[in-house]
Amino acid sequence: MSEALAIGAPTVRKREPGRLWIVPPAALLALLFFYPLALIARQAFLDDSGVANVAEIIRVLNSRFFLNALVNTVTISVAATAGCLIVGLVLALILAFVPFPGSGFIARLIDTFIALPTFLVTLAFTFLYGSAGMLNSGLMEAFSLPLPPVDFLYSTWGVVLAEVTVYTPFILRPLLAAFSLVDRGQIETASVLGARPFRIVRQVILPAAVPAMIAGGSLCLLLTVNEFGIVLFIGAKGVITLPLLIYGKAIQESAYQVACIIAVVNIALSLGLFGLYRFAAGRLGA
Amino acid sequence: MSAVTFTGNSVMDIDAAKVRGAGSNVYFDKVSVAYGTHVVLHPLTLDIAPGEILAMIGPSGSGKTTALRAVAGFVRPASGRIRIGATDVTDLPPYERGLGMVVQNYALFPHMRVEDNVAFGLRAQGADKPLIGERVKDALATVGMATFARRYPRELSGGQQQRVAIARALAVRPRVLLLDEPLSALDAQIRRNMVEEIARLHRSLPGLTILYVTHDQTEALTLADKIAIMRDGRVCSHGPTTELYRRPPNRFTAEFLGRANLLPVTVVEGAGPKGFATARHGDVVLTGAGRDERAGDKSLLCIRPQHLSLTADSEHTNRIVGTLREVHWQGELTHLVLDVGGTPVRVSATKLPTALPEPGARVPLFFAPTDTSLLPEDAGV
Repeated sequence: MSEALAIGAPTVRKREPGRLWIVPPAALLALLFFYPLALIARQAFLDDSGVANVAEIIRVLNSRFFLNALVNTVTISVAATAGCLIVGLVLALILAFVPFPGSGFIARLIDTFIALPTFLVTLAFTFLYGSAGMLNSGLMEAFSLPLPPVDFLYSTWGVVLAEVTVYTPFILRPLLAAFSLVDRGQIETASVLGARPFRIVRQVILPAAVPAMIAGGSLCLLLTVNEFGIVLFIGAKGVITLPLLIYGKAIQESAYQVACIIAVVNIALSLGLFGLYRFAAGRLGA
Repeated sequence: MSAVTFTGNSVMDIDAAKVRGAGSNVYFDKVSVAYGTHVVLHPLTLDIAPGEILAMIGPSGSGKTTALRAVAGFVRPASGRIRIGATDVTDLPPYERGLGMVVQNYALFPHMRVEDNVAFGLRAQGADKPLIGERVKDALATVGMATFARRYPRELSGGQQQRVAIARALAVRPRVLLLDEPLSALDAQIRRNMVEEIARLHRSLPGLTILYVTHDQTEALTLADKIAIMRDGRVCSHGPTTELYRRPPNRFTAEFLGRANLLPVTVVEGAGPKGFATARHGDVVLTGAGRDERAGDKSLLCIRPQHLSLTADSEHTNRIVGTLREVHWQGELTHLVLDVGGTPVRVSATKLPTALPEPGARVPLFFAPTDTSLLPEDAGV
């Protein structure tokens, strides 16, 4: 009935006053975000004298330093994200489903990691695992070793470990939220029906946590792809990632076109990952 | 969906016989449960016979769900032992107890199809694929959900989901089926149908022992062979359903299990060989089913509202007179509230005189001695 009335009614175009509210945020976004991005994209196509130079793009994209940085970025971010997912999942399962006094406090303590600057963890790592850190000093003293035996910190894996430490809370938080929504009745019923804990985790709890894992994992991937502080602070030999390469080319070498070309690739990678996240989250209802 | 009914089938019946043979009684041997210093279940001794439906009813916090959870293995008794059949299950984890369970919110696994939900327990127990297929088919047929096997839980109504939950519990051929307020989430009409269908289901699976926790007295009265009424962590009465309803041993039972009018009386003469005692309410002498009352005891005469009549007949030899206060017409029934010597008395009548008395009128009420029960006034457990 209402449909018939609507069809029969004369069309009156009215300006909705609320529509104008889109202007301030859109203008702000354009000024602070899209315009600088457009400048970077423009600079990627122009050499230092302002002349279009597509050959430079091809040269940079085929260069060893760029490909190395790209491989390092992808390797570190994928490994760190996988590490975060594993550690985050185990921690979240323990915190959510294994009752022990102080579990809430521990969860909140882990949360505080999100508030800390990323390089702080790296600094702490150098005190712990660095060549003159507590672990190496202890081992050298205990076994009378001439050289520090633990030497992983200044490698790709040192960066991965630091990123896992810093970014695990980004997985843990959504997982804990998802686990808090898991119907305890489902777990108890599964248990009564004969399912042991591992099967319950695999077949009852994890399927409910998939959206949270995708959301947290994607966020983690995004953050680790763009991580700068940890990689710079560790200063691992030969471990150059895209953000570090951009910094080096722009600040140390003043090669702005090269820096912008790499930045565009970095942005494309990030937006691609973000698009993938949105797609996956949309499909899985995250 | 409400037209669909559970149907017994041969495979289930054969298995029910096996279950009966295996012995599936549940025995609480002085089981108590405490959280810290707070005792939520005081030492409970109770035997549920094989094939019996025991309904545990009581108000919230009375300990009924705790008792069920102790059987399931989710709470560890502070003292006492729990046996299922010949097995002491007190120290066994839930997955080794051989039970089935249905809970209030169905707890179906949302990412699994109906058939996978029903197969879950069988897979967990390592059953062969052909057996799983056969059992799933049987269980779904039993609850009238065979055509919904490929659906997801979200595609089913509440009643349908509950049927699937029951099928899932039955598919593992449990020694005991635990039902924890299984119908509470359903609306009244579906709940009524489901109660009847569960009763029908149990008739087709006579060997299946069921522990049914509910706060709904109608479900308990319809389904249970025996009822245990819980209050403050204790069983305040336990017995066959009809016996408990007709002869409540205490005031709480009388009032919790259906509505009851409790007239304060003084016993004139204890129960004779036929089991009837005489008691005085004001200046009226009444006859009621007695226990071991003695002359001079203060008692309560329990009369159910539907057993009071506005008209006399040969069986309704007791007569009291009250002042009509309220009349509530509810379609099938009319409820009257009267004041009898300061005690409010409810009458539920299907038929009323054509000229209904006005509020304020003095109205005689009649009832049969067989429809009454004397209970001690101080037994307010």
